[in-house]
Amino acid sequence: MSNQPLVEVENLNVDFPLGRSLLGKPPMLRAVNDVSLKIMPQTFFGLVGESGSGKTTLGRAMLRAAPITSGTISFNHGNTKYDVGAMSKMELKEYRKQAQLIFQDPYAALNPRMTVRDIIAEPLEVMELVQTREEADQKVREIASKCRLNLEHLRRFPHAFSGGQRQRISIARTLVCSPNFVVADESVAALDVSIQADILNLLKSLQNNLGLTFLFISHDLSVVAHICDTVAVMYLGTIVESAPTRSLFTQPKHPYTKALLSAIPTLNPEDRGKAQKLEGEIPSPVNPPSGCRFHTRCPVAEDRCRKEVPQWRESSPGHSVACHLVG
Amino acid sequence: MGFFFNKNKKSDQQLKEAYFTASQVELIRSRFKSNKTAMVAGWILTILILMGFFSEFLSPYQPTMAGRDKKYENGPPQIPKFWDENGFSFRPFIYGTKRERSIKTNFRWVVTVDREDRRYLRFFVDGWEYSYIDLEWDLPGEFFDVDVQALTFNTHLFGVDKGGIHLFGTDKSGKDIYSRTLLAIFTSLKCGVLGVFIAFVLALIIGGISGYYGGWLDSFLQMVTDAIRTVPQVPLFMALAAFLPQEWSAEAVFFVIATILGFIGWPTLARRIRTHVLSERSQDYILAAQLCGASSGHIIRRHLLPSFTSYIIIDLMITFPYMVRLETALSFIGLGLIDPVSSLGSLMQNVSKADVLLNYQWYFIPVLFFITFILAVVFVGDGLRDAADPNMIKKK
Amino acid sequence: MSLLSVENLEVLFNTDDGVITAVDKIGFELEEGEVLGLVGESGSGKSVTAKSLMQLNPLNTFYGKNSSIRLKLGVGELDVLRLKSSKELVVVRGGAISMIFQEPMASFAPAITIGSQMVEQLMIHTSLSRSAAQELSIEMLQRVGISEADKRFHQYAFELSGGMRQRAMIAMALSTKPKILIADEPTTALDVTIQAQVLDLMKDLIQEFGMAILFITHDLGVIAQVADRVAVMYLGRIVESGPVKQVLHSPAHPYTRSLLNSLPKLDALDEPLTPIPGDIPSPLERPPGCVFHSRCPEAIAGKCSSEIPISVNVEPGHQSACFLNESPVEKTA
Repeated sequence: MSNQPLVEVENLNVDFPLGRSLLGKPPMLRAVNDVSLKIMPQTFFGLVGESGSGKTTLGRAMLRAAPITSGTISFNHGNTKYDVGAMSKMELKEYRKQAQLIFQDPYAALNPRMTVRDIIAEPLEVMELVQTREEADQKVREIASKCRLNLEHLRRFPHAFSGGQRQRISIARTLVCSPNFVVADESVAALDVSIQADILNLLKSLQNNLGLTFLFISHDLSVVAHICDTVAVMYLGTIVESAPTRSLFTQPKHPYTKALLSAIPTLNPEDRGKAQKLEGEIPSPVNPPSGCRFHTRCPVAEDRCRKEVPQWRESSPGHSVACHLVG
Repeated sequence: MGFFFNKNKKSDQQLKEAYFTASQVELIRSRFKSNKTAMVAGWILTILILMGFFSEFLSPYQPTMAGRDKKYENGPPQIPKFWDENGFSFRPFIYGTKRERSIKTNFRWVVTVDREDRRYLRFFVDGWEYSYIDLEWDLPGEFFDVDVQALTFNTHLFGVDKGGIHLFGTDKSGKDIYSRTLLAIFTSLKCGVLGVFIAFVLALIIGGISGYYGGWLDSFLQMVTDAIRTVPQVPLFMALAAFLPQEWSAEAVFFVIATILGFIGWPTLARRIRTHVLSERSQDYILAAQLCGASSGHIIRRHLLPSFTSYIIIDLMITFPYMVRLETALSFIGLGLIDPVSSLGSLMQNVSKADVLLNYQWYFIPVLFFITFILAVVFVGDGLRDAADPNMIKKK
Repeated sequence: MSLLSVENLEVLFNTDDGVITAVDKIGFELEEGEVLGLVGESGSGKSVTAKSLMQLNPLNTFYGKNSSIRLKLGVGELDVLRLKSSKELVVVRGGAISMIFQEPMASFAPAITIGSQMVEQLMIHTSLSRSAAQELSIEMLQRVGISEADKRFHQYAFELSGGMRQRAMIAMALSTKPKILIADEPTTALDVTIQAQVLDLMKDLIQEFGMAILFITHDLGVIAQVADRVAVMYLGRIVESGPVKQVLHSPAHPYTRSLLNSLPKLDALDEPLTPIPGDIPSPLERPPGCVFHSRCPEAIAGKCSSEIPISVNVEPGHQSACFLNESPVEKTA
């Protein structure tokens, strides 16, 4: 395993225009604000946050499915190196073979009018990775069996399948072109709880067998805790803390991370009333608070927090935080 | 016993397989078949269309002035009988008629029925000549004139050996109403289909571009669409139809009327197509294809077009009766396809006089056909729309 | 008699594909001031059960002949399933029973202010004047923690954030002081930190108003925080029910056990996740015998696929419907 990160993000900003205006530029919404992170190869990198955190936008920006306003995203795999923000059309074509996305909603991600075989084969045809139908069929069968889909499933239409099965079809489609980097955007959120475990196990086994690198985006901390090696917590467009999973969950440093962890309802009725409550609503990303974006809800905020943006610092090996109050 | 159980289980499994492997089109078809009203309407519509298509074969007389029966003007319907006071007959027959001037009615013609004079029906008789491919378009400008004739026959389904047989009676100049009705169905059908086709092509281009590209192009095209939609249809049609020069041939008028129908109908269809395109475009699976680098062409071909083909067909079927109704309404008030052209509207035009109501009630028969026709199309359209309801097909 | 007594409830739907059994003869009771959690995955029938309490199911629904839902009201007792017209049901809907939903945007009419809707509900169920109703509504909005309640009263649903809308919905539901509050996945669509706030609020309100709550969710963690008792549903049957602590710490039914095992737990990061094998059967193909036998890791061959287990007492107040619980050796208390 090389020491070079597969994906490296540096000072990334992603802005979206709000509405249209006839004259001049419309007001912009900063969905991702000065984000830097490193994803090592063949690991599961978890990205956690609530609504407005910008996690989905960050994931999509890495795939060039969201506009990159400033900052860089670099992709390094062996000899190939791409600057995702400044790629040529040819490079983008190649990059698409390396980096793919698994969608959240298994019901909307599959074209109801195409057979499962056609759905899985489509990336091969679009990206011209196969010459003949037989080649495509073979690749489809390979990946389908890895995702535990039977041959007879391939002839059917999506309406015949349950949510968990559809998600597996979706995963098969994403992986058929053998990418190295996969962004899984809330891939288990729409599934029943007992099926979630099934899909998570599948993703983990695929990662082992195919040597994949995953960016796993979720709002569900317990899921992320089980499957990811490193976790980054986002709030209102910024990463507030990032650490190896164990460290993050046993020694959270940022006040938001602490509050987030304690807000998760545990299965222990005895834990009632012990949760640390965060007051107030999540501010709208259109009008973010000044200084540290979390200061309006932070239980330990000081005056400095309102005025200065905290620096992103490595507080202990591998464990970085953006907070004035953390040494 | 076990043998029977196994058999049942297998066909159950086969049914399930059939359901899982059924495409959208097959599912729609099977849903449609289970809707009895729609099936009945479908059959009626098919019969009417066939009647219209084979109108010449089914009509004993030409529906134009050339085929009129001078001896039987304003004649009541002659229904073939098998039996009367003179005995039974295997062959259906009607009564002969004689016409003479009568003092009682101020020397106007009076038709009397002679019950002794039986005129037997004959089938597959020879009659006036007609062609299935007979294009003789006399459009304005010599360049557009077309004159092709092929598939000519002169056999008709039935006729009488002497005199005339008029199943629905005749109008004031002696034209057989039955023949005119059949031709009228076909004419209105053709006009409606052509109108829908023109509307569809316009709507597909404008609505498709609008929905797919969005942005200011979409806003602009929508403004144009809305502008045309807000103009009331009937006055717009009247205004356009009033400009038609009198001396244009029937075919030219036909084409222009159909074009005007298309021009009035496209905004509604365009809006529907735009909605379909917009809603499909934001689907995740389109984004998935884009993330693979699929070109716009591929997405339109592979994903967008198939997604709304079935809905478009249904939209067209729903628009069709409006076109026919509009054409009929305008012919009825004297614009559009009017006498002597046979269209359902022109036939109904004759009905609006009090004279007719009192004395010549059989003029109403074409009205019944019109109502049946429209209802059949509406029910079939409804049945198709229900069958294609995405909430029922995309089972979770 | 309990406040709410559901007996032999059977709910069936008439669809194009045949008759679907959504709820298959379940029974439970709700006492005053008690929070009963109804837990299940998709197809379990929990939402259908809740809607049956107010006959809110769609028109193609019909109920079993022996089903009854008995409510103890101040004036006496009535069976909700015997009420026929909407007029008769007004007493129940919004009056004795209030309901809050998962998607607050769906529960508020978009073109009418929140205040008007709250007042409208009060005018139907109480004899308050319009101004008194307005005052009470603003008070309720304050009580649920909405700041600037008098300003919010005149706002529309889309002007509030998700958490605030949910609070407003709770305020509206409680303003008629119902005896029972049905909460159908009220926090599923909310962010985790907001969910914690809303659950806290609900617990406070239970203390203050003393109403009983039927809390429907798929999230066992939420149940652990809020409920006194829990009933676990699978494919239209209640497989286990009992006090929350007992059911979660010593689950008696294999489904409950498997469900708990498949959940990722923050305090056990090293344990592998064990999903329940197979998929939830479609309600059109309900397995014969025990509904769970097709996926049960402890199924007894032959027996579980043909006979339907009945609920037995595992411990006082804790019941489970499984043949494995019917051991001849009783657990001593």
